[in-house]
Amino acid sequence: MTKHTTSLNNALLAARDLQVRFGGVLAVNGVSFDVQRGEVFTLIGPNGAGKTTVFNLISRIYTATAGSLVFDGQALDRVAPHAVAGLGIARTFQNIELFEHASVLQNLLIGRHAHSASGFWSQLMFLPSVRSAERETRRKVEEVIEFLDLQHYRDSVVAGLPYGVRKVVELARALATEPRLLLLDEPSSGLNVEETADMAFWIEDIKNDLGITVLMVEHDMGLVSRVSDRVLAMSQGQVLALGTPTEVQSHPAVIEAYLGTSDDAASLRRPAASVAPIPMKEAA
Amino acid sequence: MRYLFKTDYGQDIDLAKHDGHRFWYGLLLTALLLAPWWLGDYGLAQLSFILIYAIAGLGLMLLAGFTGQISIGHAAFLGVGAYTQAVLAAQGWPLPASMAVAAALSAAVGVVVGLPALRIKGVYLGIATLAFGFIVEEVLARWESVTGGNAGMSVGSADVFGWKADTDMSFYFICLACTVLATLGVLNLLRSPIGRAFIAIRDSEISAQSMGIRLAHYKTLAFALSAALAGIAGALYAHKIRFLSPDQFGFVQSVDLLLLVVIGGLGSVHGAFLGAAFLIAMPQLIAAGKDLLPAAVGQAPGLQAMVYGLVLVAFVLLEPMGLYGRWLKLRTWFELFPFYRRGMFKRQRSFQKSERLK
Repeated sequence: MTKHTTSLNNALLAARDLQVRFGGVLAVNGVSFDVQRGEVFTLIGPNGAGKTTVFNLISRIYTATAGSLVFDGQALDRVAPHAVAGLGIARTFQNIELFEHASVLQNLLIGRHAHSASGFWSQLMFLPSVRSAERETRRKVEEVIEFLDLQHYRDSVVAGLPYGVRKVVELARALATEPRLLLLDEPSSGLNVEETADMAFWIEDIKNDLGITVLMVEHDMGLVSRVSDRVLAMSQGQVLALGTPTEVQSHPAVIEAYLGTSDDAASLRRPAASVAPIPMKEAA
Repeated sequence: MRYLFKTDYGQDIDLAKHDGHRFWYGLLLTALLLAPWWLGDYGLAQLSFILIYAIAGLGLMLLAGFTGQISIGHAAFLGVGAYTQAVLAAQGWPLPASMAVAAALSAAVGVVVGLPALRIKGVYLGIATLAFGFIVEEVLARWESVTGGNAGMSVGSADVFGWKADTDMSFYFICLACTVLATLGVLNLLRSPIGRAFIAIRDSEISAQSMGIRLAHYKTLAFALSAALAGIAGALYAHKIRFLSPDQFGFVQSVDLLLLVVIGGLGSVHGAFLGAAFLIAMPQLIAAGKDLLPAAVGQAPGLQAMVYGLVLVAFVLLEPMGLYGRWLKLRTWFELFPFYRRGMFKRQRSFQKSERLK
């Protein structure tokens, strides 16, 4: 598999040798992966591994200092940040970025922005064409509301909703854009066990019923191994391992990144030993 | 209490959500149409000013209340509109044409002012617009060949294709028509994708962008629209006040407009009207209250400014949602009587936001 042929294969998203440099820090260094159509692809890794940076590259908040990103045959490198949604890429944020002082319904309607086509003057006069477009927008939004069981919260203002519901509203807003690729940044963070289980069901439904490809960053390994088809483990901006959840979890480099090696434990022990003469037990 | 049984998406799209709305707003419009016959000359003049300020307030509400972009130089747009109208009216242009030019020119200036808003936000944007306000005031004072400089410039009565609106009553109806059209336009935009894009930018720029909203485009549009409305208000103002001088469009006027939207209630169309009514009624109330105060306080210069300041501080501290928020609470109290709780409108603590990308 060479660099040049892979961008022509059937992958929905192809990343090649991505590199991001913030001053002297290499946040992402030589990361390559393919996200195939219809799969759930998960990025894992310890804090600071560069997972969210990869997300921000795909949604064009950052620009890569080297490497290329190709979405469905189109290079993302020169796409404007607001145009990414129009291509069919939607995302959620690690700490929820909803429109706080708007209702859930309005939030989802904003999600349909990329599909609105009416011009300024027709909106100013609210011509019949705008009205029928609004009805159609609403109908699409109601489909998402029904899919994620949000009927009860339709008219609630986001600022008053509990965290778990907001997380679902943000997922709903991303789905309202009718994406082909859905980027989920830590969908289970801040959720309790039940809510995480619900989230897992929904991610599976999104993949199986809606046929949307999912790329997610996640720390909860239970959720990861339940829903992911493939997992990419990163550490310090570099790829450690790529494969099924079980393969990646048992990969020695991944274990080393999360737990450290026995050498690390030994290196920690030495200075401690010089201060305290009491011999320490071997780390488990 | 009213329970709405919704059977059609159209019910959420319509401006009047139920018969109650139709009745009360119909009643309000009737009262306004009949105002010349039940209000005296003085009352009618004040009402015209309220309508004019309400149009300018709608503009600033769209910008500050719905798009979240502050402007402390809004009187400049009012001035551009007023002087454009004065110059064109003197050359015999009919009102609709000259008003359209006044709005367009203000909008164009608004686009120029909006450019820094693409890069700076918050207090810094406030300072940039403040500086712009001073620049325009200075231009109006120095460009004597057009504006008459500090000596001022008198304005004739409005001319609508040969029909002279030279009485208080006829001019009042022009103000009313402009206000109704401006309000409908703003309400239409707010229920369309453009208005939702404004709200999205106000609440979270980063996710607005990821929903496909072009920040630069919509921020510029918000500035242009806001300035155009201020320009229309300025055009009416010129005919109403009959004499323009640069100091009418200075810093104090800008602060008055900001006061209007904050006291009316940021983020509500009602707020623009309540704020305008407040702004026009307040000097009268202060004048009436003056006699009741001891002479040392009542006759002191700057009393009005101090009262305005105190009222603003009181609103920001006690009623951040403004007069409209107060009205909502009152209405809810009556609707739910006797079950209203004190904490019902309490602001929820917003959860931690992810770091803003600037």
